[in-house]
Amino acid sequence: MAFSVTLKMLKNGVAELSLVGELDASVANEFKLAVEKAAAENAKNLVLNMKDLDFMSSAGLRVLVFAKQKMGFDVDIYVIAAQEAVRETIEMTGFHHSVIMQDEFIAI
Amino acid sequence: MERVDAYPTREYQGFKLRPGKSFPFGATFVPGGVNFSIYSSHATACSLVLFDKGQAQPKVEIPFPDEYRIGNVFSMIVFDLNYENIEYGYRMDGPCDPQQGHRFDSSKILLDPYAKAISGRDVWGQAPNWENIFPHRSLLVFDDFDWDNDRPLEIPMEDLVIYEMHVRSFTRHPSSGVKFPGTFAGIRQKLPYLKDLGANCIELMPIYEFDEFENSRIHPETGETLMNYWGYSTVGFFAPKSGLAATGKMGMQVDELKALVKDLHRNGIEVFLDVVFNHTAEGNEKGPYISFRGIDNKTYYMLTPEGYYFNFSGTGNTLNCNNPVVRNIVLDCLRYWASEYHIDGFRFDLASILGRDPSGYPLSNPPLLESLAYDPILAKCKLIAEAWDAGGLYQVGSFPAYGRWAEWNGKYRDGLRRYLKGEPGLVEDIALRIQGSPDLYSSRGPTASINFITCHDGFTLNDLVSYNDKHNEANGEGNQDGGNDNNSWNCGWEGPTTDTGINSLRLRQMKNAVAMLLVSQGVPMILMGDELGRTQNGNNNTYCQDNALNWFDWNLMDSSSELFRFFSNCIKFRLAHPIFRNRWHLSNQDRVGSGYADITWHGTKAWNPDWSSSSRLLAFMLNGKHARGGIVEDNDIYVATNMHWDSHWFELPRLPEGKNWSVSVNTSVNTPEDIWEVGHEPMLDNQNEILLGDRSVVILVGK
Repeated sequence: MAFSVTLKMLKNGVAELSLVGELDASVANEFKLAVEKAAAENAKNLVLNMKDLDFMSSAGLRVLVFAKQKMGFDVDIYVIAAQEAVRETIEMTGFHHSVIMQDEFIAI
Repeated sequence: MERVDAYPTREYQGFKLRPGKSFPFGATFVPGGVNFSIYSSHATACSLVLFDKGQAQPKVEIPFPDEYRIGNVFSMIVFDLNYENIEYGYRMDGPCDPQQGHRFDSSKILLDPYAKAISGRDVWGQAPNWENIFPHRSLLVFDDFDWDNDRPLEIPMEDLVIYEMHVRSFTRHPSSGVKFPGTFAGIRQKLPYLKDLGANCIELMPIYEFDEFENSRIHPETGETLMNYWGYSTVGFFAPKSGLAATGKMGMQVDELKALVKDLHRNGIEVFLDVVFNHTAEGNEKGPYISFRGIDNKTYYMLTPEGYYFNFSGTGNTLNCNNPVVRNIVLDCLRYWASEYHIDGFRFDLASILGRDPSGYPLSNPPLLESLAYDPILAKCKLIAEAWDAGGLYQVGSFPAYGRWAEWNGKYRDGLRRYLKGEPGLVEDIALRIQGSPDLYSSRGPTASINFITCHDGFTLNDLVSYNDKHNEANGEGNQDGGNDNNSWNCGWEGPTTDTGINSLRLRQMKNAVAMLLVSQGVPMILMGDELGRTQNGNNNTYCQDNALNWFDWNLMDSSSELFRFFSNCIKFRLAHPIFRNRWHLSNQDRVGSGYADITWHGTKAWNPDWSSSSRLLAFMLNGKHARGGIVEDNDIYVATNMHWDSHWFELPRLPEGKNWSVSVNTSVNTPEDIWEVGHEPMLDNQNEILLGDRSVVILVGK
């Protein structure tokens, strides 16, 4: 399934990126550009809605790392409603320590 | 400023190219593309072979144009590759003249020796397609893991307690309850267990890519599939084994292993790798072409004058470690693991081979060992040698150390085992072993001695006290494989028994073993599962068993909680007392004016050890004012060992005014009074003497 990413600025400086489809190396750059855009908006929290993301490869994971570094240490990254396969990918590579995994977004 | 070398200068079948950089070797990302670099001293031509992931046939073969070769190095940048979907290899042409050492075969596609990840055995045990023209394929890997503030821990050598572990065995058993059994991710889920145990270093048995199907076969009687389970046979030195990663099928094994290292470090646990540089998975003349044989056979392997493979490793071939080219790849490899994976130390399998010259003779000053010892990136890594090889070189005590190398101390293992089973005439030997083997390492100090009683090779601790002889029938070699010099004693019955007397003696013997191990100077190493009395049913060579013979059975946590408690308290006791962790040998003299020598020897009479050839008793006292060479003050510690079949009274050396002996360990007493938590040791009523039950160990703390 084709990949798409949309950025929506919510109140309180929350940037929400909704990811849809399959995220691999061929489309990872679109995700990266969206993260850069969110950073440019001075987002305080980055919320990644993964409800409709069916697959994430190593390239996708790398953009998560990029997001963490680009947004800075004060910005919390939330991974919301990740499907089982995507959740496992994040867990197996240990990245769940660096983000906040939630079923639905509740700011901490 | 934009780089001017980021643009293609040539096109081949739609692929955009430009001359590559010779350095670094392997495949490296550069702006817009990937730099491929490989060398061969004798190849006449080379092509880069690219596959789409999993495809039977290559998508393209790109010959290296002449001007893309500098010296013996072929290098090329290929632009616009989808790095997640590419598998690559090389095809080399050159002479095929085995007598001269050359075995080029241009019909073969070869794995990059510098491949940082390898596909083909993505999921452990999944039968491969045997018709695959390129079974082990090099993958492209990003070196951009998010380490946060991590770096190797640099725990001083003398403070380590090593736990030797097989990645798959640790969590593969259904009882492990982890989400990803048998993998790097699985170990992460068992961190609380490792913390409870208290070891501060895990040594992973081979994790370089290997082929579990190498020489795999069906046991003629049991029908069980026997595999290359342990993995002492390397396919690729730079790649973590995909089948040990839950993410192997997605090609993310690099990230998964790094995440494990990072998590272990966060919990104060170092990570050592057991590395196999003595031979490769290509076997002898009859073995497959995987990589080295087809790239530069004459350079990579030790060959007889007739062009056959020397077999100092016992596995068919021997890596030509002191050829300057091979030396460099070993160095590049270890630097890569130390810098990219933050590995804290390395244990070198059959390390004596690394000190042989290209014709097999032992060198007095082996350049490879020297390079490793003085390398700036490896400067803080621990280097540990298995100081022997299968060609008869035995260098325990004499391995070329350059002030850096430690050794698996086989003499410690043998001496302790024999003393433990009650052989007479060993007290002098034991006195040396307990002191960190000053007879072997006089100039190197006790940290040169990795003390162990059991390791993956040989019996587990439980089997050491349950079997007189090996029982390796399950290996399908007619019980001919595995060592016969086990120095084991079954305590009166071969194998499992319901006899409570025998079972309680076995438990006591296991406690005696670990107690002595953890009060010895040097670096203790424990075998995974010994803390729970893991058994291999008397099999002392389970290299091929992917089953319960190797898998750690977590149900033992209930049935063996007594032994676990004893182990973990012994570890904590050692780590609480610097007196056991001296960097330099004890002098047997009083150099700090304490009134006592740093170590004093005792027997049933204080100050009167029985060194006779019939003695099975030995006690010693460590004087607390001498801890760490007198830099710190610790408690006085008294350790008495009675390996005789009768109980004996031991007279205690008197402590200075105001101090009393408290009991930390007494293995002849029932749990929970067999061992006391650090700081909670009860004072002895009788300060003059203590009764040691038959075959038991007592440890007292003066406070």
